[in-house]
Amino acid sequence: MTGTDTTDTARLTGATAAAALALGDDALILSHRLGEWAGHAPVLEEEVALANIALDLLGQARILLSLVGDEDELAFLREERSFRNLQLVEQPNGDFAHTIARQLYFSFYQHEVYGELARGDGPFAPLAAKAVKETAYHRDHAEQWTLRLGDGTEESRSRMRAALDALWKFTGEMFQPVDGLDGLDPAALEQRWLAALTGVLDRAGLDLPQGPRTGAWAAGAGRQGLHTESFGRMVAEMQHLHRSHPGASW
Amino acid sequence: MVAVTPETGPDTALGADGTDGTDMTADLGAQLAAAFDAAVAADERVEPRDWMPDEYRASLVRQMAQHAHSEIIGMQPEANWITRAPSLRRKAILMAKVQDEAGHGLYLYSAAETLGTSRDELLDKLHSGKQKYSSIFNYPTLTWADVGAIGWLVDGAAITNQVPICRCSYGPYARAMVRICKEESFHQRQGYELLLALSRGTEAQHAMAQDAVDRWWWPSLMMFGPPDDESAHSAQSMAWRIKRHSNDELRQRFVDIAVPQAESLGLTLPDPDLKWNEERGHHDFGAIDWAEFWDVLKGNGPCNEQRIGQRRKAHEEGAWVRDAAAAYARKQTAQQAAQQAANPAGQNEEARV
Amino acid sequence: MTQNWPLWEVFVRSRRGLSHTHAGSLHAPDAEMALRNARDLYTRRGEGISIWVVPSTEITASSPDERDPFFAPSADKPYRHPTFYDIPEGVSHL
Repeated sequence: MTGTDTTDTARLTGATAAAALALGDDALILSHRLGEWAGHAPVLEEEVALANIALDLLGQARILLSLVGDEDELAFLREERSFRNLQLVEQPNGDFAHTIARQLYFSFYQHEVYGELARGDGPFAPLAAKAVKETAYHRDHAEQWTLRLGDGTEESRSRMRAALDALWKFTGEMFQPVDGLDGLDPAALEQRWLAALTGVLDRAGLDLPQGPRTGAWAAGAGRQGLHTESFGRMVAEMQHLHRSHPGASW
Repeated sequence: MVAVTPETGPDTALGADGTDGTDMTADLGAQLAAAFDAAVAADERVEPRDWMPDEYRASLVRQMAQHAHSEIIGMQPEANWITRAPSLRRKAILMAKVQDEAGHGLYLYSAAETLGTSRDELLDKLHSGKQKYSSIFNYPTLTWADVGAIGWLVDGAAITNQVPICRCSYGPYARAMVRICKEESFHQRQGYELLLALSRGTEAQHAMAQDAVDRWWWPSLMMFGPPDDESAHSAQSMAWRIKRHSNDELRQRFVDIAVPQAESLGLTLPDPDLKWNEERGHHDFGAIDWAEFWDVLKGNGPCNEQRIGQRRKAHEEGAWVRDAAAAYARKQTAQQAAQQAANPAGQNEEARV
Repeated sequence: MTQNWPLWEVFVRSRRGLSHTHAGSLHAPDAEMALRNARDLYTRRGEGISIWVVPSTEITASSPDERDPFFAPSADKPYRHPTFYDIPEGVSHL
């Protein structure tokens, strides 16, 4: 549990608030997707691992959203078009390979971002310093599974390859400039991300996918509030109960 | 002749060593049995490699497996609400709780494995219906308040059942239960707190809480098992100190604890016969519908098929993942062996841990 | 055809200055995953700062049948314990 019930802390405004929302929504939505695995994981040990990652992310989301406003109002009362998360993190879980591919792409990105923010002295530095330890573990989890699925059986290799290909088009968005995160150099970020990713895929005997990742709909769209169809259903499920009892406390 | 035949499974040094009794004389068998009975009666712990009667071993495997199965099947009714939790705080709590249940299942399967069985074998028995899990999880979670009712009543009943198992005669089971009980103390409290928020909330929230308690109360009482005079395994389990109190004793304890808690919640328990009996120093309560209990146990509960179906599906759909990791491990081992063969001098000595 | 993952024993050092103690066991395909699973399972409430994992099959244990030859002989050597010795009152630092 994080201490996010402190509502009186100075709230961020303007571009910095938008950035907090972007990072917070990434964490919130991915945590939700990972939470959908509960009771469905391929092995009990993995139930525990996926839940750990989901809980880390939810903790990050709560801190970030609370920097902007009331965490529950932001999570449960915003319309779909107001969410600022990457399209990547809202993609359905698919099979385990899809979940791992999504984790691989995102955790490598998130780790670079928080690493950079932790080194700076901006409003996100304290949060990032804590989160970067969590993302290092998430990255390791994704890497370990990528190696095992890539270099496991014929079936696992083809599933992993299909998953990497399917999600590739959503990765371009991560390297669009984000308002309020001006200290981050998207090009440098992308270079480091690609280098790290290529290293892992190499060891797993997998190729870097080749398709486009800056299409009209896929680049920078989530950050602008344009999402994919499955996201609306996810949000409906997430918000339904809260919205059914206006003003109630839980 | 006392035949000690642990169920087949991977033997491990910390687990059963599969002592076979082939050369044992009847005398020796009787001596062992007497020594075992004396040790248990003196409240000594039995450890995996100790001699133990077949029936003791079988009874433990049965109970621990059922307990482990209940933990992992029990994830489902609550996980049903993770994606709809009405606040982020509640969502974090619920995810952590469901995760704990997976962890508890793991502790218990591990403890059972010390008796010479394997998790795969036990899961197969769960999936094929040869082993049971707690019937309570065959009831549906229809509203958010059910998450609270499960925490307060179902976990409350489970804790009442489990605390005595921390002193169970079998060491690994007792140790697993100590860890579980320690972790579980938050489960019941979060459920109670959740219901309290609803009970003190809007009219609709209060009604939701009352409805959940109405539906979960009786099944929770059934969790303690059939009445003592109908309980098949109770007497022997008590003698072996696997169990320390009878079903009815524990049920009464739970009712006595729950009544004042319900009052503080501002909710009523759905039993017109529930009242304090000054003479007994306990609450009297109405007759339990045992026909329903046996019916659900037989597989006719609202969710039996659904629960086992989901469990089986997760296991089957996860097979390729487990296979991949095993294949990878084999390749790595082969690679390391090849490297060592090519470079026999090796870098030898690694630093001490 | 599913490959069963082997069993690992987990030892956790709860804080600096203490030795690793047996926490329980788990299944994992290999040592690296065993370590990670152990971290997730046995230290999620901050119970540890260091973990060992050992394949269960690699542990050699004494047998209960040999309990007497193994352990009984050490029971009758009270002179190994400091309480065996009478020291006059007033003598300190001993």
